[in-house]
Amino acid sequence: MNANDTLIPHIGVVTDIRIDTPDVKTFRVNAIQADGTVSGKVFEHMPGQCAMLSIPGVGEGMFSITSSPTNKDFMEFSIKKCGCLTTWLHAMEVGQQITIRGPYGNNFPVETELKGKDLLFIAGGIGLAPLRSVINYVRDNRANYGDVQIVYGSRSKDDLVDYQEILDEWMKDDGITVNLTIDREQEGWDGHVGFVPNYVKELNPSLSKTVLICGPPIMIKFTLAGLKELGFTETQVYTTMELRMKCAVGKCGRCNIGDKYVCKDGPVFRFDQLDELPDEY
Amino acid sequence: MLKISLENLGRLFDAVSEKQTLYIPTDREDGAAEYRKYENGMKLSRNLNTLRSAKDFFFPQTENLADFKMEGKKIEVIDIREESEDFVVFGVRACDARSFTILDKVFLSEPVDSYYKNRRDHGTIVTMACSKPAETCFCGTFGIDPTAPEGDAACWSDGESVFFKANNEKGQAFIDSVAYLLEDGDTTKLDEVNAKTKEILGKLPLANLSTEAFGGDTLMEHFRSEKWAELSESCLGCGTCTFVCPTCQCYDIKDFNTGHGIKRFRCWDSCMYSDFTKMAHGNIRNSQLERFRQRFMHKLVYFPSNNNGEFGCVGCGRCLSKCPISMNIVKVMKALEVK
Repeated sequence: MNANDTLIPHIGVVTDIRIDTPDVKTFRVNAIQADGTVSGKVFEHMPGQCAMLSIPGVGEGMFSITSSPTNKDFMEFSIKKCGCLTTWLHAMEVGQQITIRGPYGNNFPVETELKGKDLLFIAGGIGLAPLRSVINYVRDNRANYGDVQIVYGSRSKDDLVDYQEILDEWMKDDGITVNLTIDREQEGWDGHVGFVPNYVKELNPSLSKTVLICGPPIMIKFTLAGLKELGFTETQVYTTMELRMKCAVGKCGRCNIGDKYVCKDGPVFRFDQLDELPDEY
Repeated sequence: MLKISLENLGRLFDAVSEKQTLYIPTDREDGAAEYRKYENGMKLSRNLNTLRSAKDFFFPQTENLADFKMEGKKIEVIDIREESEDFVVFGVRACDARSFTILDKVFLSEPVDSYYKNRRDHGTIVTMACSKPAETCFCGTFGIDPTAPEGDAACWSDGESVFFKANNEKGQAFIDSVAYLLEDGDTTKLDEVNAKTKEILGKLPLANLSTEAFGGDTLMEHFRSEKWAELSESCLGCGTCTFVCPTCQCYDIKDFNTGHGIKRFRCWDSCMYSDFTKMAHGNIRNSQLERFRQRFMHKLVYFPSNNNGEFGCVGCGRCLSKCPISMNIVKVMKALEVK
């Protein structure tokens, strides 16, 4: 019985905790090497793939890997505090060990369908987490992609995840346009105010762009409708899904949308693929 | 064909159980049959099928996946897996035997579930042909012949003797291990019994139940059917159907703090339960209609779509006799096939 089983997790060590917003923290996770040193990654992944993180006795859950695979030093997870496990994770201190297994699911087609394309990223709130992996992958392989536009919105300026990275790195890159927006007027904010779907319509992006979108279901719904009004087709819009999961390999039977398992056949779907499936998500 | 007289079958059980654990269907005090570990003198049930299916032996209701030791900020993962002992499950009916083909597609597909595979590698399934199929039986709908059951080895009774045939190497090893108790026998009477069984099968009330409506590109059509509301209206969400079903395989993973460590368990779960898909931010199947639809869509549409048209039902009929509101997959199939 020494065959590996994906249900038996590895150990990771939390080596840095960044407070992003009042309810989002970004955790840096390193591996424990054979000689006992804490460095490197527990496993490799592609942008959009996920990992099962757990605190034994508390629970296990699927989280998007927010760091890019081009980062060879560590993995990162941006996690919003909203349930039992995430509350526990938010209470962790640096040095805490967690269990980790993966990578699971498919990825954004960065090496195939997205290659050479102008990209439009649209994110709402914590929905930036899975897209950040793609954005940084694209930034690190800049020659392979065209123009990059990032539209990102949140409830308030205090709820923007990765805000410093956006200001210090993304906004300073050539060929990257960042459009930020917050839901309501706020003191100290002189940027755009308004919901993401309306902002995208106002920006009137070129129809040549391939779109990657992630955020609250309601935001995705209205943004997609807006994109269609502008003339975008479902075949050029990708999203990433999240449903309750236990096994992460299509066996425990709970994260299906029709005959597709989000953990195994997703989490990344193109909207024309979702069209052929029940709307149970 | 090799056989043993019915009165000597106990000697065969004794011989098998001396070498490895043997499970046979036996009658409980209330008359229902269940698999039990064989002990000298235990009688083989004459019931058609067991209350619970044989999946328990390979996919138990609860099993320990791993243990953890927590100390300060440190976590230790303890791999508690052990090689299973060899065991024999005797008297599995053709429907339950087919359920392992279905469970194999789930658990033995990549990444292989080592817990299930371990038991499959070490378990020998000896099936038993049916001679008195019941009104709730519809294995024929799924192409199963209860007079020629699958499994590692199969056996038939003609009322006087039990005849054995191996279906693969593992089954042959089983027969070889008891060959000294077997003798060559004439199958004339057995052929008659099988012919009679086939006659009964053709006359069963569900003999003409068809899967035709569920092939091909019918996913959205069935999902959108207006029939689900009426079909699911009385469903209690008790999960009995999933509990007795030989092919239901959904599971939950839960941790238990023993006070001196954490034990991680895998337990059967049911898509009929309200918290099955419940997340911190909400539930994608809030109504019993949606949960009910999920279960039958999975067996009749989703599973076949991912497995070359093979259905996730074997027609054992357990859910027909056990559902407290008399709802079942047959009623669902009949309702959905009417356009």
